[in-house]
Amino acid sequence: MKYLEEYRSPAKTQALLREISSLITKPWVIMEICGGQTHAFLRHGLDALLPPQIELVHGPGCPVCVTPLEQIDKAIAIASRPEVIFTSYGDMLRVPGSTKDLFAVRADGGDVRVIWSPLEAVQLAEANPDKEVVFFAIGFETTAPANAMAALHARQKRLRNFSLLVAQVRVPPALEAILSSVGNRTQAFLAAGHVCAVMGFHEYLPLAKKYQAPIVVTGFEPVDLLNGLYAAVRQLEQGRCEVENQYQRMVTLTGNEAAQRSIAAVFQPVDRKWRGIGVIPQSGWGLRPEFADFDAELKFEVNTMTAPESPLCIAGEILQGKKKTSQCPAFRKQCTPQTPLGAPMVSAEGACAAYYTYQEFRHD
Amino acid sequence: MTELRLEGVACPAPLRPEERVILGHGSGGVLSRDLLKRLFLPGLGEAAPSSLDDAAVLETGGQRLAMTTDSHVVTPLFFPGGDIGRLAVCGTVNDLAMVGAQPLALTCGFVLEEGLPFETLRRVVASMQAAAQEAGVRIVAGDTKVVPRGSADQLFINTSGLGVLAAGVCISGANAQLGDVVIVSGTIGDHGIAVLAAREELGFETLLESDVAPLNHLVAAMLAAGEVHVLRDPTRGGLATSLAEIAEQSQATIELDEERLPFKPAVKAACELLGFDPLFVANEGKLVALVKAGDAEAVLAAMRQTKYGEDAAIIGRVTGSGKAQVLLRTAIGGARLVDMLPGELLPRIC
Repeated sequence: MKYLEEYRSPAKTQALLREISSLITKPWVIMEICGGQTHAFLRHGLDALLPPQIELVHGPGCPVCVTPLEQIDKAIAIASRPEVIFTSYGDMLRVPGSTKDLFAVRADGGDVRVIWSPLEAVQLAEANPDKEVVFFAIGFETTAPANAMAALHARQKRLRNFSLLVAQVRVPPALEAILSSVGNRTQAFLAAGHVCAVMGFHEYLPLAKKYQAPIVVTGFEPVDLLNGLYAAVRQLEQGRCEVENQYQRMVTLTGNEAAQRSIAAVFQPVDRKWRGIGVIPQSGWGLRPEFADFDAELKFEVNTMTAPESPLCIAGEILQGKKKTSQCPAFRKQCTPQTPLGAPMVSAEGACAAYYTYQEFRHD
Repeated sequence: MTELRLEGVACPAPLRPEERVILGHGSGGVLSRDLLKRLFLPGLGEAAPSSLDDAAVLETGGQRLAMTTDSHVVTPLFFPGGDIGRLAVCGTVNDLAMVGAQPLALTCGFVLEEGLPFETLRRVVASMQAAAQEAGVRIVAGDTKVVPRGSADQLFINTSGLGVLAAGVCISGANAQLGDVVIVSGTIGDHGIAVLAAREELGFETLLESDVAPLNHLVAAMLAAGEVHVLRDPTRGGLATSLAEIAEQSQATIELDEERLPFKPAVKAACELLGFDPLFVANEGKLVALVKAGDAEAVLAAMRQTKYGEDAAIIGRVTGSGKAQVLLRTAIGGARLVDMLPGELLPRIC
């Protein structure tokens, strides 16, 4: 497969590992922001091949993991209604809410369907005028354009029986929250290439400058990640803090402006709660007032639901890179992908699930 | 479910009491196994390691017989490369073959939904007959039930099978031995991706065909060529789940070499697109074998002489005993664990 195999080349990987080793002189803490990057590091066994001076910490970039408990509870409440066809990307079905997950709603007779594209949900609404079709619009900037398109299509078709339960999140405010938090250890970041393919990387320029942290945009293959680490280590060693774009085959400074226009037409920045972390100002997208008719929270009156999360949970610290999966006493014991206690164990891209799937318990 | 004791640290979500069947219980992975171990084996079966093999081996009057059963539900009923009828015959023939038995006879039970066109049923029956002929097995008894419209999805088929074991044949997931070579009979994941692509909701088409096929002739050729310790057809849950089961039954460490795993480019591409690990994707005409090291080349050569073993490849070996795990040596020189499929195979979000 072109654009894939060459970025998994064992020869290039080995060469880059040697180059990083000869460049590095002291320990550095580097965060890969996106769960896709975490997954790739562990799936290829790449993390264990890195020079010992590099400490990788896993960032909050898994949309399944950061969706707060109360949003899951809202989804479950809506999906349990007899008139509702609840549609979602597959991963979300397994995320535990306060009492159950969406799989259990389905087993209890709820009409919960996995879809591959949000436009399928719009088609379902057209085909089922006597039903209420709800789409769980979650994700980072990557899913936002397609999710926005669903709302635009529904409005164009004047559908009255379609709505979105929105839990859309944005990377830059989360990055700033990590950088400005007390006890932050991360010195450089690998930014997620697909997010930047949509948004560009201009939003990171002021962050790198303000917090004196190198940020390198990377892809998701071993050669991409190592190129990104090489660039980050080089900046750290040289005392620079710039934004570099390793993923030039996909990412430009300004990103995909057509996609950004559809996001802006439907969504506006709002404060959003992140699972395990709390509310981060302006870190999400909510529906603009003119799309209020498509807001499932208003339609089904679940907008005031809240769910307390345990203050003892270390998922938040894991997602901010302050603690490692291995420091959780429940990891691999009570908490497994079959019985996830916390969200990072649910999605294949969650940090805990990635460790569970690919590694022995070797980090303690 | 065990009680939660976290000593001061707790994640936000409570343990879910799994007191109701969810679709993941039928995925062939960890949840299926959990259901088997928690409910069916204590209630109905014996908990010996070999009870988790594809077929049971019974002894009567000095003759060893193999017996198995399998129910088939698939959407759509007809897919590129096969259909539910061929699947129903091959599934049971293969379960018998995976304990080294030569299939003798099958029974079939049909659950039909009211309103099913005769033409559909005719096509399925013709396909079953063709598959049975290919396998050299007779269908000797059957049963039909009809349920009201909406109580079943068109057509379900159960097949049971009886086979005979030749003297000296002893194949079980519990028989892996240190040094054994791991051989797979062909490309991995074809069936799962072909069926997925045949469901129109995916919005992409492939030229892929399901690999559904009877493997008893392939197995006979292998047994004649060398000492085979373990056979398994990696259906639901895929190769990863089958090997993890073997590792657990035999308490063995199995190491795979990523670069040797045979995939069709279309399967690899579809998995990249959907975020699936192809090691979890179902096969219906493939087997994985653990073979005595000295016999591996001879068995491999014999496999490649057969219709369904042309692309057979050595993919790894048993490197340890006492610890049940499957390790994958990645192409770039790293290593990772390979485990069973946790629940349903889910596409990733971004």
